[in-house]
Amino acid sequence: MTTRSHASLFATILSEHGPQILSAWSDRLKSTGALASGRLREAELQTQCRTVLELLSTAIAGGLDAASPNYGPLRDVLADVSRSRAVQGFTPSETATFVFSLKQPLFEAVSAAEAGDPSTVARAVQDITQLIDALGLYTIEVFQKSREETIIRQQREIAELSTPVVKLWDGILALPLIGTLDSQRTQVVMENLLESIVAQTAEIAIIDITGVPTVDTLTAQHLLKTVSAARLMGADCIISGIRPQIAQTMVHLGVELNVVSKATLADAFALALKRVGRTVVAVKARELPAG
Amino acid sequence: MATTTSDRMEVRSSDDVVRVRQQVRARAVEVGLSLVDQTKIVTAASELARNMLDYGGGGVTTIEVVSDGMRRGLRLVFEDTGPGIADIELALKDGFTSGSGLGLGLGGAKRLCNEFSIDSKPGEGTRIVCARWK
Repeated sequence: MTTRSHASLFATILSEHGPQILSAWSDRLKSTGALASGRLREAELQTQCRTVLELLSTAIAGGLDAASPNYGPLRDVLADVSRSRAVQGFTPSETATFVFSLKQPLFEAVSAAEAGDPSTVARAVQDITQLIDALGLYTIEVFQKSREETIIRQQREIAELSTPVVKLWDGILALPLIGTLDSQRTQVVMENLLESIVAQTAEIAIIDITGVPTVDTLTAQHLLKTVSAARLMGADCIISGIRPQIAQTMVHLGVELNVVSKATLADAFALALKRVGRTVVAVKARELPAG
Repeated sequence: MATTTSDRMEVRSSDDVVRVRQQVRARAVEVGLSLVDQTKIVTAASELARNMLDYGGGGVTTIEVVSDGMRRGLRLVFEDTGPGIADIELALKDGFTSGSGLGLGLGGAKRLCNEFSIDSKPGEGTRIVCARWK
């Protein structure tokens, strides 16, 4: 028996025994706890099962290759199901079980229909296994991909969120750095700072590294490059937030930051104000009692 | 000298360098190193792990909590099967780099540790062991 006629055998079985297969499948899903978490309603699961089964019976008439174009609509539906489950917080195995649990009902339907011919049943079981495995793996792939997309999106958000350039005063900018300064983020940091220097016509930029846990030679190099670029644009940089342990470590490393640095952002701001010819005084200084 | 715990970590990307740093910091806290010593060993680990990635094509980091009598400490082993270091003395010299860095990492890492040894054969790989005691 050729694959082609196998396909037509499956198509006949699916159209004749569709309702039984559907109920057997959804029973299996329920018994394996697909609804247990309460994230999925029964009606929703039923609709998904029915749609998948309908599309499968249409697709299967044209062959058993899950990658062929006639499986396109089915793959789209499975991708949707998979994506929505990734969002709902299902595990990959829970998501794949949705497809894999269709195997048993199909086996049963085939054995019932071809009870007199064990060799046909054996080959049919093999074909079903291959087909459902391919579809199941596809679901996992989509699941994985949608998780990865989420991670990449979050990485981008983190990269942008953690590098705000704030204006402290006319001509004075501050860049509070937080976290690891790996090269990709340093690029974003540098661009943000240089653009803000132009936009705000800043004379002084304070780079605060209080939130950077480790300053190694690569971090230092990135900082120095940022400082040199800012200098080329006519802005002076002050580095602040160098904690005692970081200072000691940098000395041992032999890194020299040829740039003005201060222990705290407040000190750096005071220096910056002095440079632009301003000072901070207490409002009632003159009214304070003498002595 | 006895080893209490040992973590083995692959270093294949710059994310792995971050993970090595975090693990070394966690172990350093466990050993009870002071904040300055924690920072020193974490920075050394960062330098050596990145060297391994940039010049050795990636490798394996082993983080061990060791004790020698009453003393406790952290020992780090960095092993790669990269091109090796032809002239170790030159590589340790400040300002020397075969890449585009500052050339301070290897020498700096040595200064940040209590014990430091390099074992390298050109064409076979490099093994660096460093330790920081409490």
